Amino acid sequence: MSALTRTPAPVATTGPTAARTRRARYRRTALHVLALAVLLVLLYPLVWLLATSLKPTDEVLTSLKLLPSHFEWDNYTTALDGVGGVGVGRLLGNSLLISAGAVIGNVVSCSLAAYAFARLRFRLRGVMFAFMVATMMLPQHAVLIPQYIIFNKLGMVDSYWPLILPKFLATEAFFVFLIVQFMRGLPRELEEAARIDGCGPFRIFRSIVLPLTRPALITTAIFTFIWSWNDFFTQLIYLFAPEKFTITLALRNFVDQSSTSAYGPMFAMSVISLLPIVLFFFAFQRYLVQGMATSGLKG
Amino acid sequence: MTSVLRTTPRPADAAPSSTPEGRRPRRERQGPAYIFLSPWILGAVLLTLAPMAVSLYLSFTDYNLFDPPHWVGLRNYTEMFTEDPRYWRSVRTTLLYVVVAVPLKLGFALAVALLLKGMRKGKGFYRSAFYAPSLLGASMSVALVWRALYNDGGTVDEILSGIGIHTGGWVSDPSLAVFVVALLSVWQFGAPMVIFLAGLQQIPGDLYEAASIDGAGRTRQFISVTLPMLSPVLFFNLVLETIQSFQVFTPAFAISGGKGGPADSTNFYTLYLYERAFSASHMGYASAMAWILLLAIGAVTLVIFRTSRSWVFYANEGA
Repeated sequence: MSALTRTPAPVATTGPTAARTRRARYRRTALHVLALAVLLVLLYPLVWLLATSLKPTDEVLTSLKLLPSHFEWDNYTTALDGVGGVGVGRLLGNSLLISAGAVIGNVVSCSLAAYAFARLRFRLRGVMFAFMVATMMLPQHAVLIPQYIIFNKLGMVDSYWPLILPKFLATEAFFVFLIVQFMRGLPRELEEAARIDGCGPFRIFRSIVLPLTRPALITTAIFTFIWSWNDFFTQLIYLFAPEKFTITLALRNFVDQSSTSAYGPMFAMSVISLLPIVLFFFAFQRYLVQGMATSGLKG
Repeated sequence: MTSVLRTTPRPADAAPSSTPEGRRPRRERQGPAYIFLSPWILGAVLLTLAPMAVSLYLSFTDYNLFDPPHWVGLRNYTEMFTEDPRYWRSVRTTLLYVVVAVPLKLGFALAVALLLKGMRKGKGFYRSAFYAPSLLGASMSVALVWRALYNDGGTVDEILSGIGIHTGGWVSDPSLAVFVVALLSVWQFGAPMVIFLAGLQQIPGDLYEAASIDGAGRTRQFISVTLPMLSPVLFFNLVLETIQSFQVFTPAFAISGGKGGPADSTNFYTLYLYERAFSASHMGYASAMAWILLLAIGAVTLVIFRTSRSWVFYANEGA
């Protein structure tokens, strides 16, 4: 499209250049108006969430106005009490603990595996790499029940181990693949030089490859954090005790209730649960967008 | 390990990667690789390969987690296919969802990517803003928002009533509830959009110039230049989104009140699998369901791969 706007069509452009650039400017303005309009519709549910979290409960369902008649800050104080006697602070802390564990596990184990796949030679390398890529397509349900049995036998059900331990074993192939793609793009000269200077593979990995791979590692860390934070299925299966609940699981209590009496506090809690993701997004959106873009290219 | 490397003479730096070097050092160099790989190998064996085998075995048994598995042969499968209408309902719901959500999502993603490609200013801002729903949308919070928006008396319902369409709430209507989940998925078109945009930017501009010199109009250029050049990315997005759509869970759980309602209309495959395994303790039956899901995803992926030969165009291949 941009090529079209920049290159003048060979036919039917007899008008003076001034008119042509004016037309191009109109076109660009129209594009912006269109993009902003689409964006407005897209972001409406999020604005609605924010507004509703401040509405008195009886207004949530009866009034279609976006803004509340008065701001009901009590929704937030109610939300802070949490669910089932477990405060929001505790719920957030639990979510944070799981996500932090997952981040460390994924960054460490995936970068180790990725370095081997990207730079080292070993027998069965092709087979193992193909298997790793194939597991990206594997539905988690195919391994779900035996994994549950394993963790049950180990006495780890209703603990955070089933949520964190697999990350230390590089089970999320998407990240291994992402880091491999990135490492393959690094120049080999530095490693060659280090090898000549007498560095072994571990030294090369730690002192040369790892620092250069930082953008991919940051991307891995952010995605892991957000996905762990949003995760619901695994938490639903493995966690039972209310004091071990994450903020996502606590929100689940509102799902079962057919009564709408707690609408205001429910959405206040929703806003609180989204805050870390929003903060992460604003801080790191460059890495997120680039990480997503590179995952679909090369190959 | 370092000493081994140091004493290994590099033969005149000749192509260090492509040719495997002498027999002796090659053997010793495997060690470090396996140390780097050990967490992954452990995970692949203990948490992927072995569980897959066990799950296949369990699918031929009756197992409730407490008593030892009891071999029943193909009974889980025959029951699933011939005696369980809820199973088929969940299959239909999931297929309907995949068929609606994936093309719509990719269509929006491509449309917005094309819109942004033509921009000089603000592209970065839009790209990030359009991507935001992709991250937030996977959460329980947003699923709850969706449920409220499409509920009886919710915003969407009221707007539709305003233009004379009375639905009485999509969430409680068995014929509409599945589309609420689908629309939530479409709303998260940001990830494929970002990938499309990156792909669009790699198409060389002179292709368009050549096409316009040949007299190709805008539509013609889209069909003859953009789509073929973008087909590998389209293929990637299609495979990824299809696989993910088969496994939708959180929004289905939230919108259906955790039970797949109303009238099983949002009892998605994974939701039913979860219920069989963890509420009804039919682990064997659920394992059989998991294997059919695995085979179905494998088959669909294979079909996409096979047909891709006729529509995916790799610039560096032919020519």
